[in-house]
Amino acid sequence: MKSIVIGVIGADVHAVGNKIIEYTLTKAGYNVVNVGVLSSQEDFINAAIETDAKMILVSSLYGHGEIDCRGMREKCLEAGIGDIILYAGGNLVVGKQDFASVEKRFKEMGFDRVFPPGTTIESVLDIIKADLGE
Amino acid sequence: MTNYLLVDIGSTFTKLTAVSLDKADIIGTAQHPTTVETDVRIGYEKALEILAKRTGITEFKKIYACSSAAGGLKMAAIGLVEELTVEAAKRVCLGAGGRVDLVFSHKITRKEAQRIKNGKTDIVLLAGGTDGGNSEVVLHNARILGEAGLEIPVVYAGNKSCQDEIAAIFKEYRLNGWICDNVMPRLNQLRIESARDVIKNIFLNNIVAAKGIKRIEEEIDGVLLPTPGAVLRAAELLSKGYLHESGLGELVLLDIGGATTDVYSIASGNPKTPNAFQRGLEEPFAKRTVEGDLGMRISAPGIVQSLGEEALERFREEGIDLAKEAELRAKNPGMVPKTDGEKAVDQLLGSLCADIAFSRHVGYMETIYTPLGVMYYQSGKDLTEVNCVIGTGGVLISSENPKGILSKVLARPDKPQELRPTHPEFLLDADYIFSAMGLLSIEHPEIAIRIMKRRIEKI
Repeated sequence: MKSIVIGVIGADVHAVGNKIIEYTLTKAGYNVVNVGVLSSQEDFINAAIETDAKMILVSSLYGHGEIDCRGMREKCLEAGIGDIILYAGGNLVVGKQDFASVEKRFKEMGFDRVFPPGTTIESVLDIIKADLGE
Repeated sequence: MTNYLLVDIGSTFTKLTAVSLDKADIIGTAQHPTTVETDVRIGYEKALEILAKRTGITEFKKIYACSSAAGGLKMAAIGLVEELTVEAAKRVCLGAGGRVDLVFSHKITRKEAQRIKNGKTDIVLLAGGTDGGNSEVVLHNARILGEAGLEIPVVYAGNKSCQDEIAAIFKEYRLNGWICDNVMPRLNQLRIESARDVIKNIFLNNIVAAKGIKRIEEEIDGVLLPTPGAVLRAAELLSKGYLHESGLGELVLLDIGGATTDVYSIASGNPKTPNAFQRGLEEPFAKRTVEGDLGMRISAPGIVQSLGEEALERFREEGIDLAKEAELRAKNPGMVPKTDGEKAVDQLLGSLCADIAFSRHVGYMETIYTPLGVMYYQSGKDLTEVNCVIGTGGVLISSENPKGILSKVLARPDKPQELRPTHPEFLLDADYIFSAMGLLSIEHPEIAIRIMKRRIEKI
């Protein structure tokens, strides 16, 4: 059973979506390691090391996601899990910005996939499966 | 008359406590310097003579002992991530009554394995990985320990999924290996029981013998626990109660000794503040921390080191050269304060031990400002609501104002982020009975709690 680390990054306390993601991924057969709300980059990375996770799925709903996610890939490299798959999703930035530019910035930061506001977890299960080589 | 004798073979003193089960009370105590260098039985027999002179009693139905002599139980803790399995491994060692001298994280090096081998470590606890999680690092670490040719017991309490491979490595390198449940089976979930029990058994069967303490078993019924393990057991019993005897509720126990200051909290420690989120590893209900650099005698210089130059200067203005006083006490561990000046310095050192050790034990709060308002991160245990703070150990027992020392654990304006007790009752274990009651509680918890409630007095 492959492990996926999920959580809500930064000073963000939006807990509902986090629970839905946990529920859906668990039902899909993954070992979900949920670091919960108010989690730092280190919380995600430490959890991924101990649980030997293949993917980190970062949620952010409060608009500060871009600031909170900066340097995460570099920290993964430093921690010895540089090749882990990184996803980000939610309302990652403030205001009505063009999603293509948001996606570009997150990909430059080392995220493998970035999802626009309103994406449901069910709709990306196939992508997750494919990325995990299943 | 059914009498039990409880023996605490400490690093300095062998202390005897005689208990009458019929009266549910203590009938006498005695102590003599421990003689572990020559034969531990000599000190025990001398103490027994003193006890016989005082009480006239020489017959006991059962005699049990706990021990922290010859350095107690020295452990090395190895884990993967510092905040996770390393912390979990440390807590298991402390909860089993050990002191953690060496701590390593991630892949260990040959040099680190040599440090364990060359040090005076008694047991190694090897953890790392949640169940089904990382196995690469623990397997590497087990091999490095094997290559180093470690002769001391190695307790494996890491990722369950590679127990078989670990067992094979133990066999290959002929390690004295033990396998138990993972200390962190899921992220941030702490499971200490299995590893703790294995450590206690190894302590009693191997280490007590290696240190020459086992010889005493020719004369008594058994050495049952490391002393801090006995104290923790007694404190938990006193907090929870037993059958019809109610407990005192959540409590904190402070044991200020010559070489260490031990803090025990028997409390859930869950957040009491609205909008507070607990972070980090789950906290054990019965938690023990040990400060090896804070003590009244051998470790007194450590107190000075943890103070700033400004604080020392302030004491100098009051006429106390703390550095000199600490050195004096470290060189002369048997010193008993006689003059008012010496007593005042001991009172001050005791207060500092209480304050600093408690800061390291208690949880703390960090404020974070979110778009939804102010929130708090809580790390460690919230002890604001504990019912009692109990003191034990030489300095508190001999102090004219033990409450003055114990009250240093209270909430205070200059440490606002620490979740210290706000309105506890203060109690004193003036007869030093905690370890004895821990031993007694194995067979007679109902009597042990009655004695503690009678003997541990409010101050």
